[in-house]
Amino acid sequence: MNLGHLSDLYRQLILDHAQHPHHRGQLATANQTVNLNNPTCGDVIELSVELKNDRVADIAFNGDGCSISQASASMMTDLVKGQPIAQVRAEIATFLEMLMNDPEVEGADELGDAAILATVVKFPARIKCATLAWKALEQALGEAQQHE
Amino acid sequence: MVKDIATARNDFPILSQQINGQPLTYLDNAATTQKPRSVIDALTHYYEFDNANIHRGVYTLAERATEQYEQVRQQVADFIHADRDEIVFTRGTTTSLNWIALGFGAQVLQPGDDIIITVMEHHSNLVPWQQVALQTGANLRYVELTADGELDLAQYRQLLSKKTKIVAFTHVSNVLGTINPVQLMTQLAHEVGAYVVVDGAQAVGHFPVDMTSLDCDFYAFSGHKVYGPTGVGVLYGKREWLKKMNPVEFGGEMINLVQREITDFKAAPEKFEAGTMPIAQVIGLGAALTYIQKIGWSTIETQERRVTAAAYQLLKEIPGVEIYGPEMGPHRSALVTFNLKGVHPHDLATVLDTQGVAVRAGHHCAQPLMQTLGVSATTRASFGLYNQLSDVKRLAAAVRAAKEFFQV
Ligand SMILES: Cc1ncc(COP(=O)(O)O)c(C=O)c1O
Repeated sequence: MNLGHLSDLYRQLILDHAQHPHHRGQLATANQTVNLNNPTCGDVIELSVELKNDRVADIAFNGDGCSISQASASMMTDLVKGQPIAQVRAEIATFLEMLMNDPEVEGADELGDAAILATVVKFPARIKCATLAWKALEQALGEAQQHE
Repeated sequence: MVKDIATARNDFPILSQQINGQPLTYLDNAATTQKPRSVIDALTHYYEFDNANIHRGVYTLAERATEQYEQVRQQVADFIHADRDEIVFTRGTTTSLNWIALGFGAQVLQPGDDIIITVMEHHSNLVPWQQVALQTGANLRYVELTADGELDLAQYRQLLSKKTKIVAFTHVSNVLGTINPVQLMTQLAHEVGAYVVVDGAQAVGHFPVDMTSLDCDFYAFSGHKVYGPTGVGVLYGKREWLKKMNPVEFGGEMINLVQREITDFKAAPEKFEAGTMPIAQVIGLGAALTYIQKIGWSTIETQERRVTAAAYQLLKEIPGVEIYGPEMGPHRSALVTFNLKGVHPHDLATVLDTQGVAVRAGHHCAQPLMQTLGVSATTRASFGLYNQLSDVKRLAAAVRAAKEFFQV
């Protein structure tokens, strides 16, 4: 059986993150938490974020989902932990643009491991899996802004 | 004449294509079935030769469209052993169930009454009752499952009481495949004076359903799950209850006389069919029922049972596969829902898709059931009359390939 095409989606790096996700759990120090689900498939993510001095001081996620959504959350948390909020906002925008419009968007190479998720574009049914965590983070930062 | 089932596949033009370089193995029939050439032709023919608005014009064309539309009403009535004035056309099962809940349920329910539903309901036979319960102050009670994925009838008997006004349940579960004992459950509900509403979305098209023997008060199904077009469904109601039931939508065609302050509605079924109905789709539904009858029930049932049994067996043999719902037997309809340990259903479905195998992965619009089963999602292979053993073999081979790919 030829599964060649599949290795485009499930690159080793993605499988590694999915099997051993980073920053899984809940933060005792969180000042923002967001629960987001993908109503079409039931995937859920609980994101907890500690925002301090205009930075994402710490971040963790829980939830249940496919390997793409788990890997994406793991890669995202690796990337944004410790970064200034303004930079994180820009990275979220770049990531969403990469998946929803342009896989070669400018700045994609600054997304760390998450850059590899551009391959998901070839599997349109799975794009929502990849974007779930990023949308949750976008929401967490949006809510934080409202409270400022 | 009974057609040879092996050639039935050729009646469905869509099935001759390749997906990702593989022959299409369509196993998502519980979501929607494919359409035979005769249904597609009926739609085209209607638009090419007979299109006009029904019940309105005095001209020949309008007469012809009206006649065909009303003939299908009679055909649906005969198909489920009811009378023509007990058949209301709707947009689908969801609309039928909403109209029953809002137009009938809301009328008969008093604060403190019980509505009994089951944990295996599709959201479309759950949320309307939940909302009507909130509106009327009635209480929603759930029939739970036994360990083998059937309804707990002992618990159901205990739930039934003088307070029970409505019992609503699915004929066949779209997740577990369980065929529920409609006749028995209806009889028990009637003993306490409750009305019975049955969701037939997963039953009609797989085996004959007979309103006179089931004796339920309302029954709902969708055209698109019985080889017919989308956008049309059926609401069956016993004559006396349709008379009592209120229309939920108002507008043209459903009225006798409109005055400034009041309106006199037509009798059922017309009083429910406000506005321009999906005329072409109703005619397409007629062609679908004709097709089913041409193939014949015994052929359809035999083939679907063979295919389902093979799927059950081949999947069960794969280490790490867990199957939900009843054992293969008379209580299981034409679907198998399962999980492969260590592989999320989405990932599994993506692998199957690369092999041309189309299955459903997710919660199947049955979140309370998923919670009861203790899973967030499952994979479902569901069958239609055109599926063959070769489809099932492709499914099993693709699941094994996924197992290898993800090394679980
Ligand atoms: C058991 C059951 N009830 C209701 C529905 C809803 O049918 P429709 O979407 O055609 O209204 C479905 C469809 O998935 C179903 O499986």
